[in-house]
Amino acid sequence: MTEVGAGRLRAHGPEVSAARARRWGSFYFAEHQLRSMRAYLLTIVVTSVGNPLLYLFSMGIGLAAIVDRRVVGGFDGVGYLAYSAPALLVSSAVMTCAIEMMFPVMDGFKWRRIYYGPHVTPLAPRQLAAGHIMAVGARLAVQSAAFFLIMLAFGAAPAGSAWLLVPLGVATGMAFGAPVMAYAARLEKENFQFSLIQRFVVMPLFLFSGTFYPLETMPAAMQWIGWVSPLWHGNQLGRAVSYGLAEPPWLVAVHIAYLALLGAVGIAWAGRNYTRRLGA
Amino acid sequence: MISAENLVKRYGGFAAVDGISFEVAAGESFGLLGPNGAGKSTTMRMIGGVTQRTSGRLTIMGLDPERQGPEVRAHLGVVPQQDNLDEELRVRDNLIVYGRYFGLPLAYLRQRADELLAFAQLEEKAAAKVDSLSGGMKRRLTIARSLVNEPRILLLDEPTTGLDPQARHILWDRLFRLKEQGVTLVVTTHYMDEAEQLCDRIIVVDKGRIMAEGSPAALIREHSSREVLEVRFGAERNAAVVRRLEDVGERIEALPDRLLVYTDDGERSLERIRASGLHPLTSLVRRASLEDVFLRLTGRSLVD
Amino acid sequence: MSAPPDDAGILAADTRPFSAVYARNARAVIWRGFRVIRSQNWIVLVSGFFEPVFYLLSMGVGLGSLVGEVEGPGGTPISYAAYIAPALLAVSAMNGAIYDSTWNVYFKMHFGKLYQGMLYTSLGPLDIAMGEIFMALFRGLLYAVGFTGVMGIMGLITTPWALLLVPASVMVAFGFASFGMAVTSYMKTFQQMDLITFVMLPIFLFSATFYPLSVYPEPIQWVVQAFPLWHGVELMRQISIGAFTPATWIHVGYYAAMILVGVAFTTRRLRSLFLR
Ligand SMILES: Nc1ncnc2c1ncn2[C@@H]1O[C@H](COP(=O)(O)OP(=O)(O)O)[C@@H](O)[C@H]1O
Ligand SMILES: [Mg+2]
Repeated sequence: MTEVGAGRLRAHGPEVSAARARRWGSFYFAEHQLRSMRAYLLTIVVTSVGNPLLYLFSMGIGLAAIVDRRVVGGFDGVGYLAYSAPALLVSSAVMTCAIEMMFPVMDGFKWRRIYYGPHVTPLAPRQLAAGHIMAVGARLAVQSAAFFLIMLAFGAAPAGSAWLLVPLGVATGMAFGAPVMAYAARLEKENFQFSLIQRFVVMPLFLFSGTFYPLETMPAAMQWIGWVSPLWHGNQLGRAVSYGLAEPPWLVAVHIAYLALLGAVGIAWAGRNYTRRLGA
Repeated sequence: MISAENLVKRYGGFAAVDGISFEVAAGESFGLLGPNGAGKSTTMRMIGGVTQRTSGRLTIMGLDPERQGPEVRAHLGVVPQQDNLDEELRVRDNLIVYGRYFGLPLAYLRQRADELLAFAQLEEKAAAKVDSLSGGMKRRLTIARSLVNEPRILLLDEPTTGLDPQARHILWDRLFRLKEQGVTLVVTTHYMDEAEQLCDRIIVVDKGRIMAEGSPAALIREHSSREVLEVRFGAERNAAVVRRLEDVGERIEALPDRLLVYTDDGERSLERIRASGLHPLTSLVRRASLEDVFLRLTGRSLVD
Repeated sequence: MSAPPDDAGILAADTRPFSAVYARNARAVIWRGFRVIRSQNWIVLVSGFFEPVFYLLSMGVGLGSLVGEVEGPGGTPISYAAYIAPALLAVSAMNGAIYDSTWNVYFKMHFGKLYQGMLYTSLGPLDIAMGEIFMALFRGLLYAVGFTGVMGIMGLITTPWALLLVPASVMVAFGFASFGMAVTSYMKTFQQMDLITFVMLPIFLFSATFYPLSVYPEPIQWVVQAFPLWHGVELMRQISIGAFTPATWIHVGYYAAMILVGVAFTTRRLRSLFLR
């Protein structure tokens, strides 16, 4: 062991550690998660920039070439690019959040057991859940901001309030992702549940939540999908802030309330499941 | 059965195996003993022809595992360091499907699977999923699986690492039986007791090179005294005391936490230390082991 | 102890070409594949079938009701659903084959350690590659039959030629699977595997699945036409209404060449893929 020098820093006492952990523990764990995302930094940057470019070019411009010719007056009186862009932003936030709330959670509890390291420090299980949510939220904010800037470059976000798409992306992502996280925290073993969620929940929501055309276009018997889907509520709010879609105030209130409710319930449930599983 | 000459395996510039030569005769039980990273597993993979060697000559029953991989492996049973059971299949199906890879007919495999389940004491688990097995059970299943083709040569890479003492003894017992049936065993391990239990002859490997070769008893005789006296004076004092003990035994090895005195009579050496006015905090007399051989050869401990 | 029977002649010394990597026993790998399917949860197997169906319902029926008819191959007007359905089948054949030959292989190699076990038997890497590609194509075949059935139920099939969608779909899958495995041999980390996703997404989005190639400026059209998926999409579209042109042969030839080159490429990379 090396000799202790005069200027050596010392750890603060256990009482200080406990007090700080109680107060800032979630942030400490969020920092941990963000650091581990660094391994995927390149992936995150390339998808954050690449996906909006690809989707806006292919759907917003390519598909628009057909839709704008056929649908007289466009949807909501705007071109197909402006119509679909905010929904694509919200959709990509939801898809990213779904993935970030499945595999890393399983990794934490089972595969590499990441959560069991901090679990024996002063951090509480609930703080691990909160920290994970914060880190994912930060990623969603960066991704949505990049998407928004690229929309601006395409001229696809005409209204002054369009920057609100960034917090909206995070909120809609969480409204879907937090319940998924709570569910993932209960899974003892991953028997393809995640790919089933992808295929039977995420994908249908993406396709049937009024992302590519108004919900009313679908047969009445299928429109309930939109109403239960956080994605549809997020899409409509996105259109309201992005190009001023005129939704009745009560409906705007429903959109906001529904997203808030799902997010809050999801976060509370996740905290409870983390506490149970880590047995605090 | 196996003949290796100047085997080398490089990963980039780094030589994981750096010129190893050995021969294994039929029916022999041969061990590679060395610390983690010595190159034991790499050597085993080259024998199986699942890693390409950088240079050197290697034949198994006269065949080159790189050029005649399927033929060579048809003679081998392999227990890799990490279990790689087929998690998508059930226990008994693991044995049957594995046998199909040797082109063995189903009628034979059904019967063989039941024999092997009995051998591995896993009859009750035949229909269980692999991931419901304990570590020891998985290891036994891996060993059973390696026997499905009735191999003449069995490669065992750290067969008991990570098992509790009871599970280890069950495994050793199974391996003894195979040895009695004339199966050639090649075992790697970093446990000296395992090497002493299982092997007729061992090579001690470190940093990809052979440090010594012989039977466990001969190696101990050659590189160590009969007994070892372990004494502790406390972390601060051990080093200072060494010089005052110089003539107590044949040789002294100073480890960070204790001193090892190599001697033919441990009790007498301890008395002489006490007589010289030194009083160790603890003392222990034991028989010399391969651990001491390794320490002697490399100046380092086997298990870090 | 008696020697085990050796009906297949596996133990006999062998001087065939490829004998170092191939033991003529790919059927054992295929046999394992069917055992897994049998003991697997059926919903996992079936779930792969739904993605193109969801796309067809959402875009074909939903968006289609707004878009109306579009110009199909040879200038025939067809419904938007009939326009995208064969293209979706090509996309799904590509996605399934790529997943099975890249991520699936990567996982079994690095995490499940399945191939390590297989490689220690008298199998060679070529047996494993052939067996795994066969299983990928078998799954692709099931989905193609299912999807073609859905097209029939939705009234999108008007000619017996459409039955050829099934073998064509397997051919498209073979083209991608044979390349995917070779590409995976270069991949060492998860992050590198993600590159595959980056490459596949534009191939899908720009394949002219949802709208005709003509919406793009000419230089971009050339690029799209160089990519394999576009040829699959065009071929399937022609088959679906039985409207063939000389270009049909170009599309088929493209895949024939892709399969040949891909198989040769994968065979060359076998040692790097499996014998690290
Ligand atoms: N695939 C590989 N790539 C790079 N280095 C490797 C690889 N496999 C093993 N090594 C290195 O070769 C050395 C010997 O490894 P190994 O044969 O596994 O040792 P042992 O089995 O004796 O513990 C180690 O330093 C290890 O890091
Ligand atoms: Mg090893």
